[in-house]
Amino acid sequence: MIETTYADAAVRAVAHEMQADPRVVVLGEDVGRGGIFGQYKGLQPRFGTDRIIDTPISEAAIMGAGVGMALAGLKPVVEMRVVDFALCGMDELVNQAAKNRFMFGGQGRVPLVARMPGGIWDASAAQHSQSLEAWFAHLPGVVVVCPSTPQDNFSLLRAAIACEDPVVYIEHKSLWGTRGPVDETLAVPLGRAARLRSGDALTMVSWSRQVQVCAEACETLAQEGIAVDLIDLRTLWPWDRAAVLDSCGRTGRLLVVHEAVQAAGFGAEVAATAAEATGCRIARLGAPRIPVGYAPVLEAQSRVTAGAIAEAARRLAG
Amino acid sequence: MHSSLSGPKALALYRTMVRIRAFENAAEAASQGGVSAYGQQAGGTAKVRGPLHLSTGQEAVPAGVCAHLHARDYLTSTHRGHGHTLAKGADLGRMMAELFGKATGFNGGKGGSMHIADFSVGMLGANGVVAAGLPIAVGAAHAQKLQGQAAITACFFGDGAINRGPFLESLNWARVYALPVLFVCEDNRWSATTASGPMTAGAGASARAGALDIPATQVDGNDVFAVHDAAQRLIAEVRAGEGPRLLHALTYRVKGHVSVDPAAYRDPAELQAALQTDPIARARNRLLAGGIDAAALAAVENAAHTEVDAALAAADAAPWPEAAAAFTDVQTLGEGQWT
Repeated sequence: MIETTYADAAVRAVAHEMQADPRVVVLGEDVGRGGIFGQYKGLQPRFGTDRIIDTPISEAAIMGAGVGMALAGLKPVVEMRVVDFALCGMDELVNQAAKNRFMFGGQGRVPLVARMPGGIWDASAAQHSQSLEAWFAHLPGVVVVCPSTPQDNFSLLRAAIACEDPVVYIEHKSLWGTRGPVDETLAVPLGRAARLRSGDALTMVSWSRQVQVCAEACETLAQEGIAVDLIDLRTLWPWDRAAVLDSCGRTGRLLVVHEAVQAAGFGAEVAATAAEATGCRIARLGAPRIPVGYAPVLEAQSRVTAGAIAEAARRLAG
Repeated sequence: MHSSLSGPKALALYRTMVRIRAFENAAEAASQGGVSAYGQQAGGTAKVRGPLHLSTGQEAVPAGVCAHLHARDYLTSTHRGHGHTLAKGADLGRMMAELFGKATGFNGGKGGSMHIADFSVGMLGANGVVAAGLPIAVGAAHAQKLQGQAAITACFFGDGAINRGPFLESLNWARVYALPVLFVCEDNRWSATTASGPMTAGAGASARAGALDIPATQVDGNDVFAVHDAAQRLIAEVRAGEGPRLLHALTYRVKGHVSVDPAAYRDPAELQAALQTDPIARARNRLLAGGIDAAALAAVENAAHTEVDAALAAADAAPWPEAAAAFTDVQTLGEGQWT
């Protein structure tokens, strides 16, 4: 067991997989210098320029070349820098990576991991702050992962690289420096949620950085006698229905919280599924449907705060 | 007759073109009434349904290029890709079955004309998106280089593709990493129903390749022997590790954008002029002039028609895919979780 950051956990995960499997390569902008968030630090000196491949600013070609490499037998980790820039490689992800295996009748696999850090990054405004995980959860053919802790970023990134499906891997840009324990022998399967707190008053489901904000709200609620079952979904597709439905069946109440815009967010999918399956009461909490603003007062309008979460939980529990 | 080609090799090029033409003529006939477009309404009788993009008149390009490729070489194609796929060695019968949507097709009926792939001969897929094959081709070539394979990737695309961003990104990428790719711009002068010329700044594919320091050769794409010789030289350079090359083949799209498009928007004189340069007729005349007898050519033609007739009958008789196949090969993780 070591104590390290979310970014370093990712470095270790990539190194583990590259060491174990010569088919794994990394391609993206600035990866040779460690990546702009340090999430590839030290890997090029260790694995060489043929396997940690610096690329031009060509997101379509990075993603598309990743598809071609995967079809040709490699396991590429494709770095998009931020999810907002990944939009320049959407045809390659949506029409090619996600479709090829099915469309070709089972000929070919596209085992690539597309890393596209998301979420609000202080004062980065509308084109560097989005949470677009619901777009990809809507897309047949891909796995969607949103890790929230250093341990999960280590274990889930390893699982993503080992996976034979294309994986959209959305780290949170405000979590890179977050420290926590990492057990490098611990495997966490994709598709499995984590229950972070136990309680009977209501079920709270979240993912990525928003889990930390939920945990803060749960502390406040606990002091008021409202005990929350807090679930970190971790993988958005395939998501851990069993864990969520089991909890909702016990508590009868579900609050889904995410940093992404609430309208048509993945929280709606979780809430509707839970209501259909268990008859539980549901509530959702996400950002208003506005672009993220630059000035602090504007940016704050897009943040889902611990106070707002606690208030929504009180309404639901009451 | 070009000096570099002996009789059997020249005849093989002719055979490739004739098979492509026969396949597409049959598919065209089977597609009428198969798609609601250009004033037609789709009915229930067409055997080939949905948009069918024909390369009629362009056969010399895949025939001349693919003559130099091996099964271990990769190829990426376009929505107008039947010729590339056949020339790369894919089975004609399984291609026809795929056009019919049958379980015996290359893709088990999941892809149709626009998505035919045959990985067993290195054919990594036709593509429904213009220019989408380019970055996939450079990725495949990048893998070949990293894996130390003695193989190359041929990447076919049309004149419309050079106005999309992935063209620039992919040529730049291939040059930067000195990848073993032959880019083949099959310039048929039409982008769907719009003439490409007025929509394209500068001197086109070759000039753009030149700007990126990729040696390019322009060739009469309706002269299969010229295509063959140009491709031979470029592919030899690619195989020698000299980096990417681009072949700009000037040809003409004889049919409409899709098989039910009468192409009423274009000048009939333009089509008439193009028909005078039909690559199959030209090759036939040159083969005859070169001493190959008419009976040998007729045998090639008859064999192609017999093969296509058998493919049509087999495709017609083949079973549809099981409905359950709609749920296979989507993804491994989460399989069974459809809602």
